[in-house]
Amino acid sequence: MNRRPGFLVYGLLVAFVLGSCAPLYWSFLVGSHSRDVLTKRVPPLLPGGHFFDNAQRAFDAVPFWKALGNSLLVSTTVATSVVFFSTLAGYAFAKLAFRGRTPLLVFVVATLAVPTQLGVIPLFIVMAKLGWVGSMWALIVPGMVTAFGVFFMRQYLLDAVPDELIEAARVDGCSMLRTFFTVAVPAARPAAAILWLFTFMATWTDFFWPLIVLPASNPTVQIALQQLQSGYYVDYSLVLAGAAVSTVPLLILFVLTGRQLVAGIMQGAVKG
Amino acid sequence: MTLDSSPVKVLGGGGDPTGATASPAGVRPPDAARRPPSAWRRRVSRWDATFSPYLYVCPFFVLFALVGVFPLIYTAYVSVHEWGLLGGKGDFIGLDNYARVVEDRYFWNALRNTLSIFVLSSVPQVIIALVLAGLLDAQLRFSSLWRMSVLIPFVVAPAAVALIFGNVFGDRYGLVNEMLVAIGFDPIRWHVNTAASHVAIASMVNWRWTGYNALIFLAAMQAVPRELYESAALDGAGRVRQFLSVTLPLIRPTLLFVIITSTIGGLQIFAEPRLFDTQGLGGSDRQYQTLTMYLWELGWRVRDLGMASAVAWLLFLIIIVVALVNLAVSRRVGTLGGRR
Repeated sequence: MNRRPGFLVYGLLVAFVLGSCAPLYWSFLVGSHSRDVLTKRVPPLLPGGHFFDNAQRAFDAVPFWKALGNSLLVSTTVATSVVFFSTLAGYAFAKLAFRGRTPLLVFVVATLAVPTQLGVIPLFIVMAKLGWVGSMWALIVPGMVTAFGVFFMRQYLLDAVPDELIEAARVDGCSMLRTFFTVAVPAARPAAAILWLFTFMATWTDFFWPLIVLPASNPTVQIALQQLQSGYYVDYSLVLAGAAVSTVPLLILFVLTGRQLVAGIMQGAVKG
Repeated sequence: MTLDSSPVKVLGGGGDPTGATASPAGVRPPDAARRPPSAWRRRVSRWDATFSPYLYVCPFFVLFALVGVFPLIYTAYVSVHEWGLLGGKGDFIGLDNYARVVEDRYFWNALRNTLSIFVLSSVPQVIIALVLAGLLDAQLRFSSLWRMSVLIPFVVAPAAVALIFGNVFGDRYGLVNEMLVAIGFDPIRWHVNTAASHVAIASMVNWRWTGYNALIFLAAMQAVPRELYESAALDGAGRVRQFLSVTLPLIRPTLLFVIITSTIGGLQIFAEPRLFDTQGLGGSDRQYQTLTMYLWELGWRVRDLGMASAVAWLLFLIIIVVALVNLAVSRRVGTLGGRR
């Protein structure tokens, strides 16, 4: 049977992709015009020449550089930590025999569905007690390992590491930890890269918790964006220039790793 | 040191099972078999094997206990006390906080808004994602390029999405209103009218997540055996009929997965409505204040952590109920589709 798609399929896809890009283009468009242009009835459809002026004003209005640094620090640390601890736990669940393995794993899966965001109030009280409110510790420590990460790595390592290899390493006198590093870690690399990317993006785009624990003077990118539009009069050429700039780091990451992201979503779907 | 490199090579060769089983014999240095390990070494090795697994899984459980389980339980404790953001713990007041929340008209308002935005964002999203996945499932040229393109919105953070859409749906100079006027309609007051604001906010969620969910559906669709389509076609089923009678029933587990995860996420929606205007309270009359925004306002504006905790627990229960209802409904719908 011929299932080669025709003009209609491609036409619909093109329309969808245009729709996917349009708001981003709009953000860049508005951000590249001076604000008097934007009050005309028909908005211009080609970019103007003021993008860097507007972005500069955004960087002057809020501590944007500091926000970028903070976001980079927090997202990198959290992603790396999640990958390390999830690989460790995922390996134990997938490959090591120990008493209580099944109930503990069931617990991990059950916690996948728990909306932990609802625990913000005690978490805030604890952070205040520790003196971490306002610092990056409040963002890093609670995110250091996730149920999703553990489950994801477990599912991957189940097939990726042959049991014989682990036995062989043990017979040859490798300690458990050394076996983990020499056998499991190399095999886990593809899944680890995917988990790292998704954790990085989730941490980078998080808004609710940073809004609660961070002051205006020490924001992440998302909180800096929120500051850009506070006030009674909104200068959209400045706000949307900021929104466009804030998206650039993830856009670069997307261009470099889009294939892995697609593979990760599709893999997680089949196994999850 | 032989072990350091050889397992990697075996895996690099595609994890070929015969290669993997063959490697131990080849890897083991001959003298290791000759010299039996000392009793002490054997004991250490046994302890290592017994306790290491617990050591490996314990970071997760410790952290989850501290930032997951404990906060949820402690939220209940805070919710039955007077508890100020600055003053800290006060008297035990039983269920008074819950009573005050349930008597507050803004709670019901927030609940209505949350459910309305949720329905407006999840139903079209799942339907469009299914159609899009169906398109992507065709034998496209440059298929990986198409798949990447539909994921573009996912890299834009909700906060940035909210700012962009807040401008596009502007009441005065917004792009959408300009287009409505151009084709002869009246402009809509997106930030004032309750229903209109819900549509605008739902469109942010739809824009960011449809492509992502389409890829999940696509993965499930690719697991459907192609012969089924062929025999359906022989029976005279067209493309649409094949989609409804073959594809949909077979990807039902994935459909349930997407519906449940989007329920849990969708009912906690915060950034999009919060940044839709400059005040951040959900409109002049709270037209689009959601439950999480209401929780935030109680906790960090009104500074009443006790009442905010009561809202957190109520929201928790609501999420469970809605997720179960969703599960039940989609099970029914799925089986009907399968029987047809």
